Formats: sequence, C-alpha cells, structure tokens
Amino acid sequence: MAVDTPTIDWAGFSPYLVLLAGASVILLLALFVPARARNAVSATLSGLTLAGAGAASITLFAIDERSRDLVAALSQDRLADLAQIVVVGAGLLSVLVSYREPDAEERRGDYYALLLSAVAGMAFFVAANNLISLFLGLEWFSISLYILCAITTDRTRALEAGLKYLVVGSFGSAILLFGSALVYGATGEIGFSAIAAEAAGADQFLLVTGLAMLLVGLGFKASAAPFHQWTPDVYEGAPTPVTGFMAAATKVAALVLTLRFLTTAFPTESELWTITLGAVATASLAWGNLAALVQRNVKRLLAYSSISHAGFLLMPVAAGNALGGRALLYYLIPYAALSIGSFAVVAARERELAQPVTLESLNGLGWERPVHGAAMATFMIGFIGLPPTGLFLAKFYAFSALYERGWIWLMVIGAVFTAVSIYYYLGIVRAMYMRAPRLAVAPAGGSPPRDVALDAAIVGSLVIAVGTFFGVDSLIDVARDAVDLLTFPF
Amino acid sequence: MTSTFLIFVPIVGALLVWVLPWRSQVQAGGFALLVALGELALWIGAAANFDYGASGLRHTTTAVWFEDLGVSYKVGLYDWSLWLVGLTVGVMAVTIAYGVWVGRERARAYFGLMLLLTGATVGVFAAQDLLLFYVFYEAMLIPLYVLIGIWGGPGRSGATIKFVIYTMAGSLLMLVAIVALGLQEGTFDLTRMGTSGSLAIFLGFAIAFAIKAPLWPFHGWLPDAYRQAPPEVAAVLSGVISKTAAYGFLRIAIPSFPDPVSDMRVTILVLASIGLVYGSLLAFRQPDFRGVVAYSSLAQMCLVVIGLFAVNDSGLSGALLLMVSHGLVSASLFLLAGCVERRTTTGELALLGGMARGRPVLATLLITTGVIALAVPGSSAFAAEFLVLNGIFTVGWGWAVVGAIAIVLAAMYMLRAISAALHEEQGPAVHDRALDLRPAEVSLLVPLVAVLLFLSFWPAGVTDHSFGGSPASSVSTRFEGP
Repeated sequence: MAVDTPTIDWAGFSPYLVLLAGASVILLLALFVPARARNAVSATLSGLTLAGAGAASITLFAIDERSRDLVAALSQDRLADLAQIVVVGAGLLSVLVSYREPDAEERRGDYYALLLSAVAGMAFFVAANNLISLFLGLEWFSISLYILCAITTDRTRALEAGLKYLVVGSFGSAILLFGSALVYGATGEIGFSAIAAEAAGADQFLLVTGLAMLLVGLGFKASAAPFHQWTPDVYEGAPTPVTGFMAAATKVAALVLTLRFLTTAFPTESELWTITLGAVATASLAWGNLAALVQRNVKRLLAYSSISHAGFLLMPVAAGNALGGRALLYYLIPYAALSIGSFAVVAARERELAQPVTLESLNGLGWERPVHGAAMATFMIGFIGLPPTGLFLAKFYAFSALYERGWIWLMVIGAVFTAVSIYYYLGIVRAMYMRAPRLAVAPAGGSPPRDVALDAAIVGSLVIAVGTFFGVDSLIDVARDAVDLLTFPF
Repeated sequence: MTSTFLIFVPIVGALLVWVLPWRSQVQAGGFALLVALGELALWIGAAANFDYGASGLRHTTTAVWFEDLGVSYKVGLYDWSLWLVGLTVGVMAVTIAYGVWVGRERARAYFGLMLLLTGATVGVFAAQDLLLFYVFYEAMLIPLYVLIGIWGGPGRSGATIKFVIYTMAGSLLMLVAIVALGLQEGTFDLTRMGTSGSLAIFLGFAIAFAIKAPLWPFHGWLPDAYRQAPPEVAAVLSGVISKTAAYGFLRIAIPSFPDPVSDMRVTILVLASIGLVYGSLLAFRQPDFRGVVAYSSLAQMCLVVIGLFAVNDSGLSGALLLMVSHGLVSASLFLLAGCVERRTTTGELALLGGMARGRPVLATLLITTGVIALAVPGSSAFAAEFLVLNGIFTVGWGWAVVGAIAIVLAAMYMLRAISAALHEEQGPAVHDRALDLRPAEVSLLVPLVAVLLFLSFWPAGVTDHSFGGSPASSVSTRFEGP
C-alpha cells in the first residue's frame, strides 16, 4: 500500500528547523550537563545553532530568486531571508552579551533555549503570509520574550517587567486577533494576497476597522507611540542582554512584517495606511524624543530612543514606495547593531558596578574603559544620525523615500526631532567624557573581570555600524533584492 | 589623488594617534605635529604645481559610493578652494603645535581629534558631491564638540550643547534641502547638477551656512563657544570653521540658485549689514579680549557675505581674500589671547594693561596683527575690504556706506583692545615677572604673521590666482570653466 507523503522542501524550512533543533537540544542537554558547565555549553551550542541558521538563510537568499512554495502560510522569499539574517545576527550578538550575565547557573540552559525560540519565532513571523501564521509567529516570539524578561526570578524588577510585558503584550495580541477576525469577516480570506483580491467587494467598514486593529497590534510590538507605554518599564526591568535583543530584533521583525502585510494585503487602502503610519511616526518621534530628554536611567533613555526610532523606521514604510522599502531594510541593519552595542556597553557597566546604570554612573567611563567609551560614543553619534555610521545614510534614505512620495512635512518633522535627540544622546557622551567620576560609584575590589565575549559583541556591533556606512552600495543591492517581490502602492 | 591625500593623511594620522601605543603624551603630540606639517608640505607641493591659468576642477578623484541615488565619492580642488585648504592646513599645523607647547592633557584623544578635524575640514573644501560635502560638514562637528567640551573653560558644558544644537538644527534642514535638490536633479554630483529655482531649498542651505558662519541673527552660540573653547580651538573655529560656511555660500548656495539669490539678495544684505554694525559695536563693548575677537569675527564674516552677495568680480575676489586674511588674523589673535591668558590667568581687559612694558615681542606681534585686523591701508585686510566695498558699491552705494562705517568701528574696537592689554596702567592681573613670548610661541605666531605681511604686500597672490581670473563668470557658469 502506497502512502501519499507530502513533499517537503527541507531546504526552505532549514532555518526554522535548525533553530528549533538547537533550542530543544540545549533544553534537554541542560539536564545532563553539570550546573557549572551549563552556561558555557549552552552558549556555545546556541552560537553554533544561530550560525547554522544564519548560514541557511544566507544560502537561501543567494539561491532564491522567487518565493519558495513551502506552505501557503509562509512565504520564504528574500525579504524573509534577509530579515531572518538580521534577526539571527542580533541573536548571535546577544548570546555574546549574555555569556557572562550574572544569573543562577541552573537557569542558563533555559535562557539560551528561550533566546533561540524567540529567534525562531521571529524568523517564522517575518515569513508569515496569512493572518493565522502572523498571529502564531507573534505569539511564539512574544511568549519566549515574556519569559526571558522575567527569567531572573530573584529580581523583582525583572518579574514586574515580565508581567507588564505579558499583560500589555497580550492586550496588543488580542486587538490584533480581533482585527484579523474582522478582516476575515469582511473578505472571507486569511491569505494576504487573497485579502487584497477580495478587498474591493468587501464591507469597507469591517475591513478598515480590522486593518486599524491589526496596525495597533503591530504598533505594540514595534513600540510605536501611542502603543509604547510598556517599553520603558520593560526595557528597564528586563535583563540587559534581553533588552538589547528586544530593542533590535523585535523591531526588525515587527517592521518587516508590517511592510509585507500592508503592501501585500492592503494595496487598495494604501492612501489610508500610509497617512496613518505617517501620523504614528510623528507621534513616536515626538513622544520618544521629548520623553528621553528627562531620563536619568540609561536603559530608560535608550528605551525612549527606541520609541523614537520606531518613528524613523515607520517613515520609509509610510512613504509606501520601493525606495522606502530599500530604506527600511537598510535602516534595520545599522539600527540593530547600534541597539545591541549600546545595551552591551550598559550591561558591561552594570556588571562592573552591580547597580542600575544612570547617567551619573557613566561618568568617567570614557577614560576608564577606552574601548567601551569610544564604542558607546560612536553608537550615540550613530543614533543621532551622524557619519560615519550607517544610520546617517539610513536617515538619508528614509528622507529620500519621503521626498519621492512628496511628504516634505514628514521630512522636516524628522529633521526637527533629530535635532532634539542630540541633547540626550550627547548627554551620554558628556557623562562619559566630560564629567569627573563620582567616587561613590567606583567599583569595589579593583578592575572588573575581563569579558571577552561582551567585548567581542561591542566591537562586532561597532564594525557593523561603521561598516554599513562604507558598504552601503552592496547592502542597498541586497535590500533591493529583498523587496523585489513586493508591489509598492506609490 | 592629491585632494584625496590631503583629506585622508590627517584622518589616518588621527587613527594612528588613537591606536598606536604611544609611550608619552609628548610623543603622541609630536607625531600629530609631524602629520600636520607633512600635510602642510603636501599642500605646498600641490599649490606650487597648480595650474592657475584656467578655471575648472583639478586633482579630481571619483569613485562610486552608492549608485542607487547617484551618490559618489568625488573630490577635487579649484584654484580658489586651494587657498582655503591652505588656510586650513596652515592654521591647523600652528594650532596643533600650540597644543603640544601648552601640553594638553589626554594628549592622544586631543591630537587625534585635531587631526580628524583637519581631515574633515579639508574634505568640506574638496568635496564635489553634495552628500559627501554634508558628511564632511557634519564630521567637523563631533571633534569640535569634544574639543570644547573636554578641554574648554568652566562654562564649556552649556557652550558646547548650544553650539552643537544650533549647528545641527541648521544642517538637518540642509540635509532635507540636499535630498530635495539631489532627487530633483537626479544626481548629487555638484559639477553635473543644474541650477534650481526653488526658494525653499535655497533657504535650507542658506540658513545652515548662516548658522555656521555665523551671521546675525544666528550667532547665539558664538560668544560662549569662542570664550569657552581652548584658545587654539577658538582659533580654528573662527579662523577656519567659519570659512566653511562662506565656502558653502560660494560653492553651493550662490551658483546653484541664481533666481532665489537675486530674490533674497536684499534680505541677506540687510541682515549682513546689521550683523556687521552690530558685531562691531558689541566688539567695542566686550569686557574681555576674546569677546572682542569673537564679535569682530561675526562682523568680518558678515562683510565676507556682503562681498559674496555682490556677485561680481570685485566682490567675490575681495570676499575670498578676506576669508584667507581674516582666517589668519583671527587665528593669530586667539592664539595671542591664549598666550596672554597663560601669563595673567584672565582675558578681562579691566584686569590687563601695561603688558607692552618689558615684553616687546608680544607687543610687536599683537600690534602687527591688530593693525592688519583693523584694515589699515596697505594690509591684506584693507585690500580685501576695499575690493568688497568696491564690489558692493556697484550693487548699491548704501551698502558700501555701511561697510565703510564698520571699518571705522573696527579701528575703534581693535585699538581699544590693544591698548587695554598692552598700554595704560599695569593691570592687577599682570605680574611683573610674567614673561615675554617664549621662542616656541614666537615660532608659532611668526609664520602666521609673516604670511599676513606677505599677503599685505602681494594680495594679488590670492586674487590673481583664483577663479581662473574671472570670478563672476566662473560663479555664473558654476565653476565649469571656459
């Protein structure tokens, strides 16, 4: 008797399979490895897993011209490949940052397994091609992140952060799910392109309400204002390596999916969602930048910076043209490196002082730790959008996309809030180099232990941040290939 | 390739200063000085072999940076921008030497930043692509911010943040203008770009340059920054960095926007005239030496702008000569102010006085520079101001009257400052044993003053070797050359 087996494109699934296999192996192995060696073994394995997944995605990007027919729910195209490469890269840097994170030894296996699971969820999410896989991917990585935020169960701040993220995140997911139901109700379809095909004859009220609720749900994940309220608390409370990972990877995943979802499923409503995103971008820029001005805690400050960058990242999406697509995908690469790098420096300082990092506790860092200081200064200069970091060209590209759309007002808003942001980004540089260190925060017991992994992450982020400036030509080509299959409304 | 070398020799030098394990502060400073002198030699070589006969771009290097939007790495020098590059590398070499002499703390950071600043400023004068120009223009800002913020005076914190936010606010609007202009034209290559009639884009550029120069009423950052910066950084700021703004007007704003320029000309001339008189009057009322130089700098930059917006042969030549001359004058004056402050711990004119007695070298150098600054007939500043006034006279005699009044005011504030420092009763801050200039200081200042005297004898050295001989037509043809 012959059994009909479905043909499975193993190559297309390889990034997910590698990540899931790695996560499972680490979780199981943690039971057999003595607690002392657990961190080293799990970290090494997760590094190898991420490298494998990255290699798989890079290979897929290199060989695939079209989207792979995995299943209807997933479109493994170059957009997904590139986003997966960036997310996996963020994961890899985060493993390096996490390596010496002070935490109970018996949890380290779970930590890396959850990190891999979050990366896998994001990899799945960015390839989502219908409303079901969108929701599944979102919940998959979100649940991993909820636990990661609260993983240091002996720190109340971490628990608070985890709970807050869980409650608010679930609320966002619920709205997204409700929106999906409305869109399905209006069109009778769940596939993105099928929705677009049915949109013309659909109940417009249901459809638009559904779209709005979906945007709210995605806005929660991208921490765009006014759906950002959870961000500062969660970023502050979560373990710093997790914060760095969330700031970089979640944003990549949320924005890539937003781009794919809006251009594929709602080309007919493009006028509406571009204006909406323009407004959301403006709100994020205003709120993030103005609130960041008064922060003293560096993690909170960087959280507001992340909200403001949600605004910058939404600008090219709001432009709704191919140039904007390229701009977004290019922007995400230096942005991810800057985020992880800056949180890595914060993590280093935090471990040194064993207390939360405020602007005051950064005083003198630049002279005490020249490499960390120079790197952090470069990251801050980069966040402002100054050369020689890739973020300068990213902002230039985002502005170009808006100009092509004819939205000079949004360019000017972006420019004005960039000027505002100088104050707090340079505030960090000022603290590091221009203020004398307070004796009270000097580390007890001599110099901190050498942390090669963390330094490697910081230097790696620095190389990516500056390298994207000089290698922009080839990266733009990559970004162009990635958005090649999308049809842009403008 | 020469322009590329001129940009990247100091930048590579900066990286070496930061990365190599220097055994002492003096070694790092000495290496930086060597690099700066090598850079100067490189420029002298370029200037000696320059073909001044024809206009047009020389020493060009072009490479694609990113093709998608037509942005390239394109650098080159015109005969007239060569002089500004020379001003930069000369003043930078002298200021770095001054830094070595006073023994700046944290030498590696300091000298690396000074070299980086040199490379970025040369880059501004050499860039022939709008985005590249912007990159170098912004790249100047960070070293300046750190140099003032770390090594500056007691009020440096407020001064730097004001300086950076003012400048960045202007340059971000310029970025918007650059995007608009570049996408409109389909290229960011300045030499291939056509002219534009858009007033908004012109204003984007003009405001950025007006803040950087600075022109009235965008000078809010100037007094604090010039006072709080270390003297050699103030010398660079007013001597060199302010010229990048005038260069921006000359290279980009005036030739690319003929119609907006003629629409806005009266407005800009009014602002510049107000700034000229206002700066001169305030310079007269300043309580400290650096304040006098700072406000005189404001006035002089306004005069440069008046010359530029005359847009005729005489005005443009005069503006260029004034840029070079004022760059050398204000750099010398700030360094002299530094020398005075080192001896008396203050620049307050009320506390100074009588310094000429027993200090002949200091007195001679200060008076020579000051006399050139107030444009005494026969000086390079006089030649320049004469050309500017002559140029603006053909536009409208009223402007020339304002300019002439300002020259009288210049004599007033400069002589007041000189006599308050050198003559009159010996001030409470002047110690009897405060020394005359040391040989090292003399060897820094004498070259600057010597170049000024040389230009005073032969201003045509600059004016006859610029714009291929015909400033107005080379501006109207956007420097393309005949």
